[in-house]
Amino acid sequence: MGDKIFKIILFITALIIPLICGGIVYALVTDAYQAFDYFGFFNFLTSTDWNYTEGQEQYGAMPFIIGTLMTTFLALLFCIPFSLPVALFCGEYFKGRKIASILSTVVDLLAGIPSIIYGLWGFFSLRPLIISLNISPQGSSILTASLVLAIMIVPYAASLSSEFIKMIPDDIKESAYSLGATRWEIIHKLFFPIAGSGIFSSYILAIGRALGETMTVTMLIGNTNAIPTSITSTGNSMASIIANQFGEADGLRLSSLIAIALILFLITAIINMIGKIMIKHSRI
Amino acid sequence: MKSNLNIKQRFFKDRSIFVIVCVFSLLSSIPLIAILGEVFVKGISQFSLSFFTLPTPTAYKVLKAVEQGLPIPGGIANGIIGSMIMLLIASAVAIPLGILCGAYIADNSKQRFAKFVSYLTDLLQGTPSVIIGIITYIWIVIPMKTYSALAGSIALCIMMLPLIIRSTEETLRILPSSLKEAGLALGANKAKLMLKVQLPSAFGGIFTGILLAISRVIGETAPLMFTALGCSFIRLSLDKPISAVPLLIWEFFNDPYQQELIWGASLFLLTFVLTLNLLSKYLTRKWKK
Amino acid sequence: MEKINTILEFNKTCVSYTQQTMAVKYVTAQIEKNSITSIMGPSGCGKSTLLRAVNLMHKLYPNIRVEGEILLNGENILSMNPIEVRRNIGMVFQRPTPFPTMSIKENILSGFTLNSIRLDKYQKEEIVEQTLKSVSLWEEVKDVLNKKGTFLSGGQQQRLCIARALALKPQILLMDEPTSALDPIATKHIEDLLIELQKDVTILIVTHNMGQAKRISKHSMFMYLGEMVEYDLTENMFTNPKDERTKAYLTGQMG
Repeated sequence: MGDKIFKIILFITALIIPLICGGIVYALVTDAYQAFDYFGFFNFLTSTDWNYTEGQEQYGAMPFIIGTLMTTFLALLFCIPFSLPVALFCGEYFKGRKIASILSTVVDLLAGIPSIIYGLWGFFSLRPLIISLNISPQGSSILTASLVLAIMIVPYAASLSSEFIKMIPDDIKESAYSLGATRWEIIHKLFFPIAGSGIFSSYILAIGRALGETMTVTMLIGNTNAIPTSITSTGNSMASIIANQFGEADGLRLSSLIAIALILFLITAIINMIGKIMIKHSRI
Repeated sequence: MKSNLNIKQRFFKDRSIFVIVCVFSLLSSIPLIAILGEVFVKGISQFSLSFFTLPTPTAYKVLKAVEQGLPIPGGIANGIIGSMIMLLIASAVAIPLGILCGAYIADNSKQRFAKFVSYLTDLLQGTPSVIIGIITYIWIVIPMKTYSALAGSIALCIMMLPLIIRSTEETLRILPSSLKEAGLALGANKAKLMLKVQLPSAFGGIFTGILLAISRVIGETAPLMFTALGCSFIRLSLDKPISAVPLLIWEFFNDPYQQELIWGASLFLLTFVLTLNLLSKYLTRKWKK
Repeated sequence: MEKINTILEFNKTCVSYTQQTMAVKYVTAQIEKNSITSIMGPSGCGKSTLLRAVNLMHKLYPNIRVEGEILLNGENILSMNPIEVRRNIGMVFQRPTPFPTMSIKENILSGFTLNSIRLDKYQKEEIVEQTLKSVSLWEEVKDVLNKKGTFLSGGQQQRLCIARALALKPQILLMDEPTSALDPIATKHIEDLLIELQKDVTILIVTHNMGQAKRISKHSMFMYLGEMVEYDLTENMFTNPKDERTKAYLTGQMG
């Protein structure tokens, strides 16, 4: 095969990715246009109504944006006390030892479990617990969804953080020990500053994961189309309202759902971009 | 010049934090055990030959069985076959395309366009799967005026592509440059070099990447809900709705009469996905040596 | 050997990585206070391993065992708290290792911050100035104290690392081939500095550079395959080595 033809083939296959991405943006924008046009872009974003009774149709994204931000933020909050110890366990305390590789395999496997199975587990195991603890009467809530979401993002945050901690050169580490500090003093005063931006970026990427998570949230959040009043109340995230209503929607409602998809797409794209840029700049 | 903490206190703090780290690390492994345990215990009792050979029961059969107090008949064969068909088509397109695209990025890593493609690959990889479902709905389902196996395959294909591109690119990038130089010194042109030397030497990394990509998409539900839709009998045609294992789990979840079948289907899916995951981990470790 | 004022003493010190392989075998030697002692030998002879044991670096790695005794002022450090030992025994490594997130000033003070010792502003300034002067780096960096340590040249970085170790006023300074990553001019600078420093601190230096050992050290130890082959006044060893292996090494017939 000629070099030229080969190059051209490679180039054409590489075109597929810009085509898909361009196509996603184009399709989302054109199909969301009706909703933005009808309600006004700003009004659609800030409106809190979601009413599909014929004749009184009114759609707004605010409850779902808030639902998404609440679940994501809570998931992050619950994830840190577990992912950070795992990162230190595998990246420093037991670095290179069998037990660390076992734990990292176990945590990595968490990332492999399909989200629908997390949803089932949350629904049949965690939800009864939430009910019996009297946290929320029906068990489905922002909190329930966030707890399971937190488990789902632990592997993303932990494995990347531990890579950054591992990257600290041995001689820097030994120099610190030679000055006579305890391990925690070194981790706290030297490792965190050095690996800090890398660890931070791993949490940004974990947020990117949590934002778009669909099935788990749909099964656990309770699916009410209003702004949640507390973390134990029910709600809907952007992804879960789409999963819930897309199948039965048409016309203005379909366009509104696609508009929500567009907003979700933009938010995740920005978050992921920030994360990737930070990672690039935190290589030691 | 006095230490504001004496050595004993400092050691105590150090030890306490070590214990906290260990405890919370071990706690982090509980969810996996809990999930595996629950799915296994509840699911294994449903495993039988007919569970894998029969399609899901119709609503009528379910009602009748419920009335007579019999176990729910039927299995998940329609889902297994649907998942396999869509996976096969998605892989047939995504694997060659992804490898070539990854090769392009690795080969031209200094060029602007390749960097742009690489960035978009990240973007696509980070895109929530529910959005991939919507897009395929707009692109395929609306023009075809029907949900179809084809639409489902395309959704899975779009999800697989960035994963395969990344693993190809990364594996090619860490190949020793001596390999490339030796090839060029022997007078091989770029095409031969890529097809006969670089890609074969990168086989291990690409293969494990493919395994991971398959394990990722096989469990996806959201993108199939608006594309493949689901179907209660075994179907082989591409232009009609088709079922998939995760879709069946979602249906069972929503139908109080069929919840008995949910754990068997979950156990099947989980076993499949985690086996692929472990296999790819094992192979990565083996080939790295 | 003549009577010396001993500060550090090796007594049948052994270091082993696994049960079978011994990296250092039964080293017994006394190190004189306020002098420079070199440890020489071909690579893999165990000289670095022995040096690191004095700083209890082996305690960071679960598979390394040290047996015998290492006595600091008559006390066995192997049974002491590593933090106390390391406060009294500083160490400088092969590659300069300024802490990348810290400024020059913070690097000098890092021994205190890492050990949770609070200093007031005047103490800090005094320590920074004194220590930097003692490694003759003050004039070069006094205007850029808040810049990152990694901006300095290799030789300056290494002097910064020596200063960082000296700031804690250790009794012994261990150096593991501290000039092997530096150019000849920077090396000369460090050697002059060490000769200057020995009145305040005892220096134990591992080097594969025979010239260096000859230039700066009062005593020299030659190690081969984990054994201490010869330990004597540097002058005696270079003019009249007692062991054939030492002779072979000094005449360049051995790695």
